[in-house]
Amino acid sequence: MVPVDYYVILSAVLFAIGAMGVLSRRNPLIIFMSIELMLNAGNLAFVAFSNMYKTFNGQIFVFFVIAVAAAEVAVGLALIVEIFKTKKSINIDEMNSLKG
Amino acid sequence: MHLSEAVNSGFFFLAPWLVFAPLAGLLINLIFGRRWSERTVGTVASLASGAAFVVSVLLAYSVSANHGEVMRWRLAEWIHIGTLNLDWTFRMDSLSTTMMLVVSGVGTLIHIYAIGYMHEDVRFKKQEGRFNRFFIFLNLFIAAMMILVSGDSYMMLFVGWEGVGLCSFLLIGFWYEMDTLGRPSWANSNAAKKAFITNRVGDFGFLIAGFLMFWHLGSFQFDAAFKAAPAIAASEPWVITAITLFMLIGVAGKSAQIPLYIWLPDAMAGPTPVSALIHAATMVTAGVYLVTRSAPLYTLVPDAQYIVAMTGAVTAFFAATIAVGQYDIKKVLAYSTISQLGFMVAAVGMGAYVAGMFHLITHAFFKALLFLSAGSVILGMERGHHHAEHAHHDVKPVKAKKAKPASDKSGHETHGHEDHGEVFDPGDMRNMGGLRKTMPVTFWLYMIGTLALAGIFPFAGFWSKDEILLDASLHYRAVYWLLTFAAFLTAFYMGRQVWMVFFGPARHAAAAHAEESPKVMTVPLMVLAGLSVLGGALNLPTMLGVTLPGSHALTEWLGHTLGEVEGGELNLTVAGISTGLALLAILISWLIYGRNPIKAGQADPLKKPLGPVFIGMESKWMIDEIYQAVIINPFRKASEFLADVIDWRFWHDFVHDTVILGTYNWVSEIALNKYSDQKGIDAFANWLGDATQSASATLRKVQNGFVRSYALSVMLGVVAILGYLLLK
Amino acid sequence: MNSDLIVFLVLSLVSVSSALGMVFSRNAVYSALFLVLNFVTVAVFYLLLGAPFIAMSQITVYAGAIMVLFLFVIMLLGTETISSPTALPWQRPLAVLLAVVLAVESVYLVFARAGSNASISAPDASLNSMESLRGMAMSLFNNFLLPFEITSILLLVAMVGAIVIAKQEKVGQK
Repeated sequence: MVPVDYYVILSAVLFAIGAMGVLSRRNPLIIFMSIELMLNAGNLAFVAFSNMYKTFNGQIFVFFVIAVAAAEVAVGLALIVEIFKTKKSINIDEMNSLKG
Repeated sequence: MHLSEAVNSGFFFLAPWLVFAPLAGLLINLIFGRRWSERTVGTVASLASGAAFVVSVLLAYSVSANHGEVMRWRLAEWIHIGTLNLDWTFRMDSLSTTMMLVVSGVGTLIHIYAIGYMHEDVRFKKQEGRFNRFFIFLNLFIAAMMILVSGDSYMMLFVGWEGVGLCSFLLIGFWYEMDTLGRPSWANSNAAKKAFITNRVGDFGFLIAGFLMFWHLGSFQFDAAFKAAPAIAASEPWVITAITLFMLIGVAGKSAQIPLYIWLPDAMAGPTPVSALIHAATMVTAGVYLVTRSAPLYTLVPDAQYIVAMTGAVTAFFAATIAVGQYDIKKVLAYSTISQLGFMVAAVGMGAYVAGMFHLITHAFFKALLFLSAGSVILGMERGHHHAEHAHHDVKPVKAKKAKPASDKSGHETHGHEDHGEVFDPGDMRNMGGLRKTMPVTFWLYMIGTLALAGIFPFAGFWSKDEILLDASLHYRAVYWLLTFAAFLTAFYMGRQVWMVFFGPARHAAAAHAEESPKVMTVPLMVLAGLSVLGGALNLPTMLGVTLPGSHALTEWLGHTLGEVEGGELNLTVAGISTGLALLAILISWLIYGRNPIKAGQADPLKKPLGPVFIGMESKWMIDEIYQAVIINPFRKASEFLADVIDWRFWHDFVHDTVILGTYNWVSEIALNKYSDQKGIDAFANWLGDATQSASATLRKVQNGFVRSYALSVMLGVVAILGYLLLK
Repeated sequence: MNSDLIVFLVLSLVSVSSALGMVFSRNAVYSALFLVLNFVTVAVFYLLLGAPFIAMSQITVYAGAIMVLFLFVIMLLGTETISSPTALPWQRPLAVLLAVVLAVESVYLVFARAGSNASISAPDASLNSMESLRGMAMSLFNNFLLPFEITSILLLVAMVGAIVIAKQEKVGQK
């Protein structure tokens, strides 16, 4: 018997680690992977609650999240490839054209 | 709406299109006119006016199908303040539809004529771009006139009244940068200003009448005011008298009666179609329409009616005498118009509203015909002049340039033989002669108009003028004799004009080479000529005890509105005297001008026998000069005194510059500028600016352009908010 | 201490450490492989929670397709490591600090609100079979039919978008 709280805590920890990756890494591919990790953490919480409430809605949400994540990855990676083509680098520290 | 339904319930829903149709034409020409050809522009404008005519016909039909009942069509709410409730309502009864038919019908014909006329006019005056503008103004005039005649209240009538005044101003000053002969001068624009300002004097009277009406009768709406009038007339008779007399001032201004008629002769500075449409056929009759519309008020005060009748009669006679002494073909017609308006005003003053309206309609036909024919004559002379110049290889590239600057006598045309050879005046009858042969169509049309105006049986003018004279003979002797004598003079000056223009030898090369006008000008004239011949059939009297079918048609039709159903009867004495006098006048004019045509450079043969009387007629009895001396010059002097001494030297130099400005400068220098301003307010404002700059310089470093740094801020926010929620 | 809990604790340890490894490894290829491991453990959690379909999707879509795509891009670009000095030296310590605070706050939140003593039992046989899949399919194609169809359009758009973005340069050259 695993209390549902444990799953939620695990989910929160994974989410925090993902956020840390997004903030601290300079390689946009790893940032992207961290975002996937955060999505996964959310999915885990969804499924846990789905089990707790005995309903399929949570699982269906996860299904949609996976679909959206796939779409997002496809476009995002295409963008990164394109950026690399033009700038010959993907170091995120070199991308500061938003500077005011 | 289904057509059969529309026929059953009347076409009244079309009423707004009386105004919208010409406005639509105006807008189309305003937007596209510059790119279109003259013919297209003219066609659009004529169609717009024609659409208004069609609407008028349908409305008249609906009114007659409705047995002359008044119909109102409320378009929009207008002014609702306190007890003042005014709507934008169109009123359709037999009187207003009659006016609509005359305005739009004659107006459409004149639009068509103007296509031909303005083409040549702009050619001779070297201004190609004006053509479009002219038709925009004409359509605007039709719209304003439709508002005037279809309004259901004095205020809506006043809007139209001012609108037509504006159009009159714009069109008189159409060639604003030259005089009537095309020389650079401000004469035309001075004529326009004169017309506008004189009309303002009349409008002032109308406005006072309106205020009195609202104050004492409680409404601007026609029926409500008329309903309240009898009670007021019984308790305070002076109110109705004042209203009607102030209204008479407005009538005198718009319909060119003594003492405000002086603008109308100068208004001939406008292009001839304008003279025909605005200053003969339609706008100047607005005053007659106003009195007719206000018939229930005038009926209450016989004294005011008498004054109106006398004003009209004296004007009719006075203007007729001046017309005898004029040499300009359009000036003669202008004074003739004043005279005929005098007939109408006298008629409505006597309470003979139907006779007045009848004369208004027939006059619209034959005076429009005469003016437009005169325009044809003038253009024919222009063409002849053009030919003659080329024939003689006379090098005169642009007339206007060679001309000496016109001596500006506030819009006076400079007549006289010294102009000969230098500047050719195509409108001077002394330059004409013998045009019967060169312009035959125009000659015959002019003859019809002349006979109609002179009141010769059976032309339209005979019937309408006779009805007025008959009424006058029954009511006021003085009016009757003045009008009869005016009718005699009318026949005389028209005879003089015809002999001088069309008969005898050509007194100028231009007249000898004159050419007939194109079809686009003559065909509308033929229509008008037909109406001038047959117009009398609108309201035939009972003749010798016989009432022909269709007699009294106009009387019965207008009776729906005016409540006057008694048809006129032909009085053989009155008709005999007027016709006899007219024939006699034509005979005399033939003896003087026709038998021995005047030669070029010869003085008018009337000058010798009449002496100072003719000189007075020739100089228009010096009325303009008297006005100049009595009103304008003192007014100018007073204005100069007020402007120079009171305003400039006293108020500006002394009070403002010295007293107020000096004190202010002193106070501000001492008290404010040195201490509080520089050290207090300025210092604070500067500190505020500096602080803002340095703060923003610091803060802009946050904007470093790294997205993950921004994401860190978001994260910080998330953590902070979550922490706050937990610790709360 | 039952077997479920033991499995859970071991797997969560693997999960967290693989996540940390993903975030902190210098080489992007290692990161990707750590993330695959993480995804697989999460898939096992899904199985434990009685969601076999989601678990299979996780393996095939995430651990399979998406991560292969990642590896492919990493190797294509040759950007396994980035060695240049960072432009924001204080970014990393702050990020770690904030992440820790966030995790602590979340855990505290769960414990502070520990009103529900609901616990998750091992899924029984019936649930972990075709029944679960059937129920989910019924729900997906009845209640969520419209979002499902929209998702398909989204995927199509993403595909077209990716192609357009990647092809942009050639189009621009013409």
